[in-house]
Amino acid sequence: MNRPFPFSAIVGQDDMKRALLLAAIDPAIGGVLIFGDRGTGKSTAIRALAALLPPMKAIENCPYHCEPGRSAGLCPVCSQTPDANTSKPPKSITLPVPVVDLPLGATEDRVVGALDLERALTKGEKAFQPGLLARAHRGFLYIDEANLLEDHLVDVLLDVAASGENVVEREGLSIRHPARFVLVGSGNPEEGELRPQLLDRFGLSVDVTTPTDVKTRVEVIRRRDDFDRDQEAFTNKWSAEEASLREKLVAAKKRLAKVITPDAAVERAAELCLHLGTDGLRGELTLIRTARALCALEGTKKIGDQQLRSIAAMALRHRLRRNPLDDSRATTRVERALEEVFGG
Amino acid sequence: MTGAGPTVWENALLAAAVHTVMPTATGGIRLRAHAGPVRDEWLTKFKELQTMQTPVRRIPAQIADNRLLGGLDLAATLQQGRPVAEKGLLAEANGGFLLLAMAERMEKSTAAKIAVVVDQGMVTTERDGLAFVSHTRFGLIALDEGIDDEEPPNSLTERLGLVVDLRSVSHREMDADGYVLQDIAEAKSRVASIEINEEVTTAICAASMALGVNSLRAAMHAIQTARALAALAGRSKISDEDVANAAMMVLSPKATQVPQTDTKSEASPEEAPDNEDRPPQQNDTSPEDPDSEKKEPTTLEDVVLDAAIASIPPELLAALKLVGAKGLARASGKSGQIQKKASRGRIIGSRQGSIRGNAKLDVIATLRSAAPWQNFRRRYAPASSRILVRSDDFRIAQYCQRSQTCTIFVVDASGSSALQRLAEAKGAIRLLLAECYIRRDEVALISFRGASAEILLPPTRALVRAQRALAALPGGGGTPLAAGIDSAIALASAVQRNGHTPTIVFMSDARANVCRDGSGGRNEAQAEARSAARSLAAMQINTILIDTSPKPQQLAAELAALMGGRYVPLPQANAQHVAQAVGLLQKSTTPKIEHRGAA
Repeated sequence: MNRPFPFSAIVGQDDMKRALLLAAIDPAIGGVLIFGDRGTGKSTAIRALAALLPPMKAIENCPYHCEPGRSAGLCPVCSQTPDANTSKPPKSITLPVPVVDLPLGATEDRVVGALDLERALTKGEKAFQPGLLARAHRGFLYIDEANLLEDHLVDVLLDVAASGENVVEREGLSIRHPARFVLVGSGNPEEGELRPQLLDRFGLSVDVTTPTDVKTRVEVIRRRDDFDRDQEAFTNKWSAEEASLREKLVAAKKRLAKVITPDAAVERAAELCLHLGTDGLRGELTLIRTARALCALEGTKKIGDQQLRSIAAMALRHRLRRNPLDDSRATTRVERALEEVFGG
Repeated sequence: MTGAGPTVWENALLAAAVHTVMPTATGGIRLRAHAGPVRDEWLTKFKELQTMQTPVRRIPAQIADNRLLGGLDLAATLQQGRPVAEKGLLAEANGGFLLLAMAERMEKSTAAKIAVVVDQGMVTTERDGLAFVSHTRFGLIALDEGIDDEEPPNSLTERLGLVVDLRSVSHREMDADGYVLQDIAEAKSRVASIEINEEVTTAICAASMALGVNSLRAAMHAIQTARALAALAGRSKISDEDVANAAMMVLSPKATQVPQTDTKSEASPEEAPDNEDRPPQQNDTSPEDPDSEKKEPTTLEDVVLDAAIASIPPELLAALKLVGAKGLARASGKSGQIQKKASRGRIIGSRQGSIRGNAKLDVIATLRSAAPWQNFRRRYAPASSRILVRSDDFRIAQYCQRSQTCTIFVVDASGSSALQRLAEAKGAIRLLLAECYIRRDEVALISFRGASAEILLPPTRALVRAQRALAALPGGGGTPLAAGIDSAIALASAVQRNGHTPTIVFMSDARANVCRDGSGGRNEAQAEARSAARSLAAMQINTILIDTSPKPQQLAAELAALMGGRYVPLPQANAQHVAQAVGLLQKSTTPKIEHRGAA
């Protein structure tokens, strides 16, 4: 049917691609917000990422695809199964990392999960039907046109994204299950603003613009056309590139824990945030985590100024205590602060 | 019709054929026309191009989500005693076409939902406890009846490659017959083998950049249109003419600037009126300066660009020339915003209750509460496959309605007040905008200077745009205060009609000196302003008048009193104080949360 466009075949938009890769390497970074012009391949990139990600191991038949071999943070189903020392550990299977779309017209019962109507009506059983949040556990939750999402759904998302757990108390059900996912949002600033609370939940934020030279535009269109004409051939053509990028991603994930975070880097991050007057600790944390993920991606052993510099804008630009009207200059402000803290 | 060029009607039929040949690749058609015989005739012609099996569905602007995206089929669910899913119109239109009725009134969120489905080629339904995916591909015809600057939401227009404008066509001009079913079938079989070469892509990309068409989608639509044109003409290769025609059909209507090259003189004032005189259909001659015609277009790029420029509607061209290379700021989805229905409020859940008055039954919740009891009830009920629902299962939807505030800024940009105080007024508005951002209010901006008032920004939540509009606000000229008040009244009542609460903030020195008809005269202008102020008072809208003159003056205070509004002299108050004053005013109208079972 419809194949996703290969991630490595996306022309330009390096910031966006890098932010997505970093968020995939370390989910703790906390997601990506992509804002920008129409027709710049925002949705394409996210769907491409889904296909790029290496598959993950999960417990068989678990509706929340829990990670095997863990004792904490399991779903109600898996935590009930007998312990590892009393019987065999549950079977594990390999699954693609879920990249779940939160469509704009979704109703709340499908997002958080609700009483399984089918079973209730036909069998009279009270069973829980997991929703999109359950499906997105350990994966990505993608909201296209995030600024048009209904407010009450935004509230639900904020709560779950912060706690990593979905608590359902409705229709006589009382369920809590883990829901840790990377939130990816995209939108167009022309459609309106995003609530500051939601803005802050995104780890990274990137701006995308239409390429301004003819050559790049021609290339974008040519690849898109090639793809539309013969999806299979195009995907095959790029499969080597995709595979090597996937390997890089896997290697980076492995390296992540080994990256050294020197005190100097933490101080630098704190200094930068102080200078910009960002609220809370989220900024510092994101800076460090993102820089670490970048080190892992590049194969650098420890975080240095160079890494902090190159990711500072995407990690901080949406956190500035700002005049909300000054949005266009957020990146410039971060850059200025970088100059002042790190020296020219 | 002069010259050898095709008529508007012929072009319109050509667009219909192009879209029929490649529905998905060309996105859709924005059909700008008033409801009437011309549009009906075009739609008839369009339908004649479709085979019998092609589904054509009509979507009203205010369509409910469950009809658009699908959901629970209530009747079948009740009948069969198990949940039955129902496809939405988007899925039903697979392989056919969707007609979007009154697209200019479509809500942004509806447009966004359609846009996502167009992009993905499938509908993802996550509603009413059901989750399913239906693959669907369709063409779009947006029936745009917008007047002046009413427009369908941007997310929609951006995905419509072709624009057909029938507003200037009289029914006497509909002489051409266009294509027939057989042509389409032949073109469809031919189109797959038509290659797109680098030269075509480059020409289209260069033309779209030169015309300030930023979206790459437009360029892709143009390229595909060129293919369809070649196929319709029976060619196996795209000719230069096809590319030029495609640029005219797709890129020209979306142009936001006219390229400024050294051979072409800059936007000279005498050029603009010259263009307006030309009949709109005359696309065979270039409306450029004669000296540009001396330059023989050599490469395909030049040919395409010249053709595209030549077919930009003259009014648009004039406007584009005035703004020069900066580009015309095109606002988005205005009408959607203005004419949006009163917020019905969101459902904040449901509770047990009885169906009385205008209470709305939450059917899904009712089914859910009845569901666990089915086995039990069936034991005591005569054999039936239906769901047994009792009155204590009824769940009534609870709405939470938030009345939204729209702050209308009316800025006096005239010479008398503006030049000295405009910067400060802008500063005050910036602060107010920041407040509006926190409350997620809408803002609108009207400015008056010279001979008339102008709505710079219709109600919007996109404050960055408000900020931009404000920064670009020029000053100078007379003070047509009455016109300013009039347009504030008009806009405020439009806001009220939508169920929102308007607040008007005037920033003026109240020294009116231009009448409504544009003539001068201080006394007459003052009298007009006072009568306008009285009619504003009759509307009982929260109003505040910020006196921007260097010293507080009686005139402004009187006018504020006539409006029934507050008077705040700017000299005594810095921007911060103004913001506070408006804040206080709005406290009394802070959104109240009403709980009610509304229909």
